[in-house]
Order: sequence, then structure tokens, then C-alpha cells
Amino acid sequence: MRAEWRQWVLLPVAAVIVGLVAGAILILISGDNPLTAYGGMAEGAFGSSDAMSRTLEKATPLILGGLAVAFAFKAGLFNIGGQGQLLLGAAFAAWIGFDLNLPMVVHLPLALVIGGLAGAALGAVAGLLKATRGTHEVISTIMLNFVAANLTDWLVSRDGPWKDPESGAVARSPQVLDSAALPRLGFLPVGFLVAVAVAAAVWWIVNRSVLGFEISTVGHNAKAATYAGISVVRITVVAMLISAFLAGLGGAIQTQGVNGRFEPGFNSGLGFDGITIALLARTNALAVVPAALLIGAMDAGSTLMQSRTDVPPEIISVIQGFILFLVAAPSVVRWLLRLREDIGGTKIDLASGWGAS
Amino acid sequence: MTRSEATVTDGPEPTTGTPASTAAPAGDITATMAPDGSPWLLEVRGLTKRFPGVVANDNVDLTLATGEILGLLGENGAGKSTLVKMLFGIHQPDEGMMWLNGTEIRPAGPGDAISRGIGMVHQHFQLVPPLTVAENIVLGAEPRKRRLFDRRGAERRVREISERYGLEVEPSDVLGDLPVGIQQRVEILKALYREAQLLILDEPTAVLTPQETDELLAIMRDLAASGVGIIFITHKLREVLAVTDRVTVLRRGRSVGTVDTSSATTESLAELMVGRSVVLRVDKNEAEPGRVVLDVRDLEVRDDRRQTTVRGATFDVRAGEIVGVAGVEGNGQRELVEAITGIRPIHAGTVTIEGFTVHGHPRSVREHGVAYIPEDRERDGLVGDYSVADNLVLTEYHRRPFAGHGLRHPDAVDHLASELVERFDVRTPGIDVAVSTLSGGNKQKVIVARELSEDKHLVVASQPTRGVDVGSIEFIHNQLVAARDRGSAVLLVSAELDEIFGLADRIAVIYEGRIVAVCDPATVSREDVGLLMAGGQPSEPVAAG
Amino acid sequence: MTTTSTSVETGAETTARRRQALVRNRNGIVLGVMVVVLSVVAYQWDGVQTTAVTARTVREASPLILAALCGLIGERSGVVNIGIEGQMLLGAYSGFMAASYSGSLLVGVVAAVAASALAGLFLGWAAVALRMDQIIAGTVINIVGAGVTSFFYVAGRTMPRFPQWSVPGLSDLPLVGRTLFAHGPLTYVAALMVLVVHIALFHTRWGLRTRAVGEHPGAADTVGVRIERLRYVNLTLAGSLAGMAGLALIQSAGAFDRGMTAGRGFIALAVMIFGRWRPTGVLGAALLFGLFNAVQAQLQFKQALDIPPQFFGMIPFLLTIAVLAVAGVKARPPAAAGRPYDPE
Repeated sequence: MRAEWRQWVLLPVAAVIVGLVAGAILILISGDNPLTAYGGMAEGAFGSSDAMSRTLEKATPLILGGLAVAFAFKAGLFNIGGQGQLLLGAAFAAWIGFDLNLPMVVHLPLALVIGGLAGAALGAVAGLLKATRGTHEVISTIMLNFVAANLTDWLVSRDGPWKDPESGAVARSPQVLDSAALPRLGFLPVGFLVAVAVAAAVWWIVNRSVLGFEISTVGHNAKAATYAGISVVRITVVAMLISAFLAGLGGAIQTQGVNGRFEPGFNSGLGFDGITIALLARTNALAVVPAALLIGAMDAGSTLMQSRTDVPPEIISVIQGFILFLVAAPSVVRWLLRLREDIGGTKIDLASGWGAS
Repeated sequence: MTRSEATVTDGPEPTTGTPASTAAPAGDITATMAPDGSPWLLEVRGLTKRFPGVVANDNVDLTLATGEILGLLGENGAGKSTLVKMLFGIHQPDEGMMWLNGTEIRPAGPGDAISRGIGMVHQHFQLVPPLTVAENIVLGAEPRKRRLFDRRGAERRVREISERYGLEVEPSDVLGDLPVGIQQRVEILKALYREAQLLILDEPTAVLTPQETDELLAIMRDLAASGVGIIFITHKLREVLAVTDRVTVLRRGRSVGTVDTSSATTESLAELMVGRSVVLRVDKNEAEPGRVVLDVRDLEVRDDRRQTTVRGATFDVRAGEIVGVAGVEGNGQRELVEAITGIRPIHAGTVTIEGFTVHGHPRSVREHGVAYIPEDRERDGLVGDYSVADNLVLTEYHRRPFAGHGLRHPDAVDHLASELVERFDVRTPGIDVAVSTLSGGNKQKVIVARELSEDKHLVVASQPTRGVDVGSIEFIHNQLVAARDRGSAVLLVSAELDEIFGLADRIAVIYEGRIVAVCDPATVSREDVGLLMAGGQPSEPVAAG
Repeated sequence: MTTTSTSVETGAETTARRRQALVRNRNGIVLGVMVVVLSVVAYQWDGVQTTAVTARTVREASPLILAALCGLIGERSGVVNIGIEGQMLLGAYSGFMAASYSGSLLVGVVAAVAASALAGLFLGWAAVALRMDQIIAGTVINIVGAGVTSFFYVAGRTMPRFPQWSVPGLSDLPLVGRTLFAHGPLTYVAALMVLVVHIALFHTRWGLRTRAVGEHPGAADTVGVRIERLRYVNLTLAGSLAGMAGLALIQSAGAFDRGMTAGRGFIALAVMIFGRWRPTGVLGAALLFGLFNAVQAQLQFKQALDIPPQFFGMIPFLLTIAVLAVAGVKARPPAAAGRPYDPE
């Protein structure tokens, strides 16, 4: 049990601390005081009930982005396309939200599901290419990110069909109707609750269902899965589809719960955040929630940090890069902190040739 | 560091040159002399290597004279590979010493060993398929001309050596296009190019036809005659008796004796190797074949590189008989078996199992009563990170009682697993440990338990005892015979002719993707089967079984 | 049992080998000839626009060539490099800042090469010593590369421009002159690097060992090739090529901008695959990608078609996916690419 505790808590916490220290050094180099900066970040993330809401709001798409990456990992797939899937989900959810006039019990769920499905469609392209043509999903999902960014740009641009007629030169969609908007309970955004429920559902699928067993068999040993009668093609497509649905849902919740409309290019880098979060959580769906809260808090606090110290918010992504490196290379953390050997990291095995496999 | 006398069991008198251990201080230990008064080409004394949980080599001694062929005999897991990996610098010994020509050596790595004149032909060829023969041979010691790689010079040099030793190869051929026998020559040439005086051959005949094996043995004799010392690792007694001068036998990591080949017999070596008298034949009754269960007609199958490797195979297997497919590896066996079990698409022809026509879909094949023990168990038959229990239901996980309404039922899985572990004598600390932690024999027992726990119409067993200890081999053989006696049709694919002759009621010989003959093991000779496996025709027609 | 006859290599065999190479590259050669013929025809029809497109093709191809060669050396040594995007950004940023503060292009070039080589060394460390998953290691480089260059980004700085090197005489030729002989130095460097990497890979000891390590490190290990050192060296060298690719972007753009790579580091991997892990193949594939970009840019510039710019923007990425879906099926990457070497 002790070893378990160390793996799940000590290593990620150590990685985060080392990542923050590395960030502090960069802040020093850029001529600012890291303590002031981090103080501002903490206050901006937790200092008031508004700050707390903001943290929860920021964490919500991160939970889903993290789940998307973690779920694909289970099938041995690397979904770097979270960003594009999220954009597509956000745009389509906005469209359902402003274009249809329905009672809330229908309208809100419909908007969320359509958003998820839009993301899923993009993921399915990558899944099908992987399963039938052997196209490596890492490259195809990255390419689809750019495609999705261009497509959603156009949807709300001057020539686009979903442009807000009242926004003048600003490219954005109209405001979603109240019947499609996610409300807030006190400081608690309902979208966050949805995300937590989805995390629980994903955990349950992975660990208790027949589908989860099939997905993880393919992820561990595709040859043995074929031998056992599991269709690797089907599982690859299904896993990519579900993974991308999660990312698309993240975009939909962002639209319905936070932004209230679609604006192109928001929240860029979410796909990469998802990787960090999934690895920080050791690909466990439940652990994704606290991991996402941590990164969400950094995001939420970065505005106040910048206003106090001139440290640009990009420092967050640098810190995240360090954290990702450290959770993927536990031996470095062990060495840095002189920890004992028995702390394992997340064993990930994704890299392989790009051709048909 | 105390050393104990190597245990020598019965059998001919050992001729090991090592004097009884006198526990001299390490600094004073020196090499001993060969009978002719010169130093041994190689002397190994007290070599010990420990891995976590096992002592792979325990105080091993051996000697080798110049121009001598020494057989290194032992079961799987007896420590042969570990020993030669230390000689070749891949592993470093924990204790013990090695001398080459009377000089103490301690190879730090393969490069070091090579520079001292040690060459090794690995069991799994260490060759790079897309490179040419010459490039493979000179890799690591490349000739250069004006700072560039001298390809012509390399090819010239390879041609010279190949002519000198009578190992014919074409230096500019791309290695991956060549047959296995030629690839092995390239491996030997690689060592000779580096002027090896000591050549280690690790299970070199495992992949060869009987005819290729004979050629290799002749080459070994020639090399020894030209002054190269050879360590020949094998578990095939016949080959040891045919070519070696002396034999050192390893058992559970210890050298249990060294004997002169001239005074050894198959039985004495087998007993030395296993530690008890071995039953070389499987007890079984006469088969009572019934209806045709598996019917294969004009089957054509392609491999991963889209080459047609099964080219019009036709044969059948009846209920209550074992049909053994004999053939040199790479003659389409893998593709044949994968097509029958639905894993690989059928390009042309038909496979029918009890009236069901196979069209891919491994699951539908299984549902028609087919069990399959795959050739490469780690790769195909098990999920290493999964528990023993999950591996025991790997093919049934989706069915009642193991699952229902899309959910898994872990209690039912555990219940079955406990029962099978008991019944099939799987040695495991528990049903929830990862299967990758088990020994090779126990991993195979997990597969056998899963596949043979219920009666099936057809049992397909591919290399079922490869890399498995003797105890497990007997167990697995008995299970296959028992399945036959309960009325299953059994298709056994094996590269070991002994296994085929021991188990099969009919032998189907496969060569280049065709079944070239079906014979009766009671009347056909080993030599004739060997000839058929190599694509030849026996002088007398083979009796059909 | 057949035996191959041994014979001294004759001139006929060498010719046969060359013929084989021609057959292997048949499609590429046919395509190349078609493009050249079409360009000449188009030049008769509208010389200015045609030259603009062909010159732009070469310019757009340059960073792709350098970046794809970076990926090629990595994979040929058995290490997948998905961090080229980040390496290019680090190189471009470092080069820009160094040139901007020092006022010297040379200092900029050195800084760019050094920074991205360092990122390559990091990839080597992660892949070889830490045995980290190589995709994750590359992703770290991308995140940190994008993050650091944005974090330390200073708006409004300028640097000395790269000169335009026109080859006297040749650059005045119709069509060919502006296309091939009037570019910034990094375009020539890209062309030179194709030649250098080709010779190094197929005609030197280093190349033989590199190819062996990428295909079957165990085989190389058993003949004493030091795999880990070779991978470190190769990834560092390859990293410097990514830095040059970043400089090639600056050569076109004139200054550093956040995220200016715009996915080229990933497209370079597709170029590498389409070029079948051969430098000459990379050259052809990069020119093809460059041509598409140039045609697209020209159409957009002329507003020849009434298509929203976003759809033009998608073309290179859709093209990459299409290329991978078609060419990737037959692609055979170096067998050991992506796997940490474990001597057991």
C-alpha cells in the first residue's frame, strides 16, 4: 500500500514541485520575483469564491481533455487531436445553442451531445485512417487540429454561416440561448459536475465493462487481442471515437457554460494540456480530476499573476512541459529528490514506426 | 568465495582439465595446460552469474583446445546462453575467471570479445535485413578508402574469405532476400572476417533443414581442421554425437560433467542432461480416426509482406487423430495455422471445420469448437501485463458467466481461474499475479489450460513445447494425446522432428507452402521426411498414411 | 539447397543496380518530369506568374527539407523525433534574438544551430538514457519550445536580413534562374544538405552503422558498435538541421514570430515518410509540398478563385493526411524506430 501511495501521490507531487521550481528560475531570468508571481497565481486561483469558480471553470475542459488522452492511451493510441476536437465540439454546440429554440431539458443535452459527436467525427477520421491505412494517429490528429482550426475559423468568419450578424468585424457566433446554457450553482459551475460525472463513467467503462477489457487488451498486445477474437480495427475506431467525443464534449461545456458563444482560437494548447494531465493522473480516469484542477488553477491564476508581475501566462505551458517530462521520466525525479527505486512511473509505450502496422 | 567441485554424475569418466579446486587466493590462479602442453584455447573456471531470483550459472568450468569442437549441452534454461554471453562480453560474471590462450580475459562487451578473437553466431541472427551481405559482414570493422566506406573493397574481402573457407555467398545480395541457411553462413563469415579463433555457435541448427544441418556440420569440421576452436550449443543429442570431440553438460546452471564424445551415447547424455532417465517416447494407444473434422483444400495464404507463402495446401485431419505438420520453419506453417484459425485472411482455396467454412474472424472459428495454442505465446497467446486469471479467460471473457450485459463478472473469472490453475498444475503465486512473471513452461500451461479445458472439435497446436522445460513438455504432450483420445482432431505443427514422430498418427510434410507428402510415422524413415522437408524426393515412394 | 555463384562484380551488375534504382523511383521520376514539363508550358503562357510559383516552391521546400532530414537521421538511428516543431521554434527564436542583439547574422546562425542541437541532445538523453517514450519526449520539446519562445518573446525587434545570393550568369536564365539560383543562403544549404546526408548515409562508415542501428540495434551491438553514443551524436547533429530549418523560416519572414512554424515540423515527418526515409526522396517530397503551397498562395494572392482563405489554409494539412494514407501503407520505417534499445 505504501508503494502505491508513493506512486500515485508522491511522484506527481514531486514532479509538480520540480516543475514549479524550474518555472521560478525562468521567471527570475526574465527579471521578476517568482514568489510574487506564484503568490499572485495562487490568489487568482483560490483567493475568492470568484477565483474558485474560475479555477473550476478552467479545470472543466481540462478534465475532459485529460480523459480523452487517458482513454486513448488505454487502447495504445495517442490522441494529440484534443485541441481540434474541442474546437469542433465548441462550435457545433454553439450552433445548436443559438440556432434552435427548444425547452431546456432537450436543448442543453442536445447541444452537449452534438458537440461531443462533432469531436467524435474528427477522431473517427484518425481512427479509421489508423485502422485501415496504418496512418499514425499522432500525425493525423495533429494535422486535423489545423484543419479544425481553419474550419471553425471560417464558420464564424465574414463568409461563414454561423457568424454573429451583430458583431461587426469580430469573428464569433451569436450568444447561445438560455435554454442551452449550463447554469452555475453558487460558485459551482454545473459543467464541472458534468465533467466529474463523465470521469466516473469513463473509469467505470475502463475497469468494469467488456468494452474496457477489449480496449485495454488491444492496448497491451494487439496480436493477442486478434488471437482472442477481438477486432483491432473496431476497437481502434471505437476508442478513438470515444476519446474524441470526450474532447468534443469539453468544447461544448466550454461554450455552454463559460464562453456562451463560439470564438475562434480560444483555449489553444488544450490538446497538450490533456497529455500532461493524463500522465500526471497515470491514465486513471478518476485521478484526472485532481490533475486537471491543478493545471486549471495555474491557468486561472495566470491573469492575476501577469497583472502583478508582468510574467506572461505562457510560463504555465512551460511549467506544464517540465511536469510532463518529469512524470514521463520518473528516474529523473527519483534522482533529483533522492527517492528510493521502488517508485515507478507511468509506463507508456506509444512510439513506433509511422507506416502500416 | 568458496568453490566446490563440479558435480559429476554417472556416465563416462570426465576429462575436464581443471584440477580439483584448491581454493587458492584469486591472484594465484593461473590457466592450466591442454594435454599437448600448450595452453587451452579457452579455459573457464568457477564462472558464476546471478540474476534477481536465479543463479543462472553456478561455478561452471570448461576447457576448449585449438581446433576442437566442444558440445555444450543442456535443457532450456540450463544456463547455456548465459555462459556464452559472458564469454562474449554481453554479461559480466559475478565470480570466476576466463583465459584465452593462457591470458586472463574479462570481456567488457562484444566489441572487446571480438577484438580478442571470439566470434559468436547467435541463435537469433544478428543481421540487418536491408543491408547487403558484405555490409553485414564488415559492419563495425569497415574498410575505408578516402574517408568513405569502401564498398568494393568490402565485397572483395568477403569474397576472398568465403572462398577460403568454402562458405559461398554473393557479397552484393541484400541479406533479407536470402534463405536462412545462407544467412547463417553470413553470420559465420562475420566471425571469420574478424579473424575469430574461437567460434561460438548458439543453437545454430534450430532453423535448418536436416540437409542444411549436415552441411553446417561439415563446415564446422572444416573450420576446426583449419585451427578454429568451436563451442557448439545445442539440445539435439544426435548432432552432438555427430560432430563434437567432447561434450560439457549443463544442468540448472551447473556443469555436471564433461565427457569424450567417442564414449558417449544418446542415453548417457540425455540422462546427464536431465538428471534422471528420460522417456523419449510418448505413451499412446493406436489412433481411432473418425470423421473428417478439418478439411483444407488448395489453400493459398499471404504473409505480412504480401508474399504468397501457403501455395495450394491440401490435407485433412480426422477426429481422434494427431496430424503432425513437419517442415523447416518459414515454409508457410505460421500462415497456414493463422488461416485455419481465422487470424489471417484466406487468399484462395477453402478451410472447412465440421462443415463451417472459415472466412477470417477468429472468434467465429473459436465458436465452432477450435482451440489454438499459438507458436509465439508471449506475442500471440498472452497479455503479459494481465493477471493469470484474465489470461485464462482471454478468449471467453465476453461470455456468460464471465460477463453479462456488457459488464465483466470478476468473481466468475476468479472461480474458473482457481480451478484451472489447480487442474493443470500451473505453478504461480496466485491467480492475480501478472502472467509475465511466470516461467516459460507455466506460461504455456496457462495457454494449454485455457485451450484444452473443454473438449473441442479441433485442436491446433503450433510449436507447443518450444522453450519449455522437460517436465512441462511431457505434461503438454500428454494433454494433446488425451485430447485426441477424447475425440478431438489435433493438428500439431512442430519444427522438432522428434516431437512429430513421437506424437503424430500421420505426418504431413510442408515445403514452400505445399503439403508435399502425407506419411505414416510407423513406416517412413526420418531421413525420408528430412528429404521431403528440403524439397527433395525420397528414392522410394513414401507410404501414404 | 541452392548456392549463389560468386563472381567479381561486373560493369553489367552496376548498371543493373542503377536500373533497379530507377524502377524503384519510377513514380517520383515520372511526377518530376511532368512538373518540369508543365512549368515550361506554363512559362510560355505566363512567365511572371510561373516563375513566382516555381521560385516560391523552392523557397517553401527549403525548411521542409532541412526539418525532414532532421527527422530522417533520427529515425534512421532508431529514434522517432516528433519534436522537430519545437526544435525549429527554439532554433528560429535563438537565431533571431542572437542576430538581433549582436547585429551579426553569423552569431544568429551559430545560436540557432546550437539551441536546436541542444534540444536534439535532450531528445537523445530522454530516449537513450531515460528510455522515455519517444513520442512523449518529442511532445515535451514541442511544449517547452513553443512555451519558452513565447514566454521570452519580445515584440518589435529586428535583425539584419539574410542576403539574396544570386549565382552570376545562371540567375539570369529564364525560369530556371529565378527558380534555382536566386535565393537566400539557407535554401542552398538545404540543397547541399540533401547531398551531404545522402553521401554520409550510404557511402560512409557512419552511415552504415547508423542504418544498422536503426534497423537492428542488437546486430550492431554484437559487433561492437556503440549504439547509445551513435544515437546521441546523430540526434544532436539532426537537431542542428532543425535549427537551420528554423533559420530558413526567418530567411523568408524576416523576423521571428510566435508559433511561426505553423505545423511545418509535423509536415516534415510526412515529407520524410513520403520520401521513404531517403534524402533524395525527401527532396522530391518537399518540393511537391512546396509546389502545392506555392500554387495555393498564388491563387489566393490573385484571388483567382472565390474560396475562403481558411480552405486554402487547410490544404497542406489535408495533403499531409492524404499522402500518409496513400504512401504510408507501403511505407516501411526503420525497424527499430521508436524503441529504446534494451540489450537483454
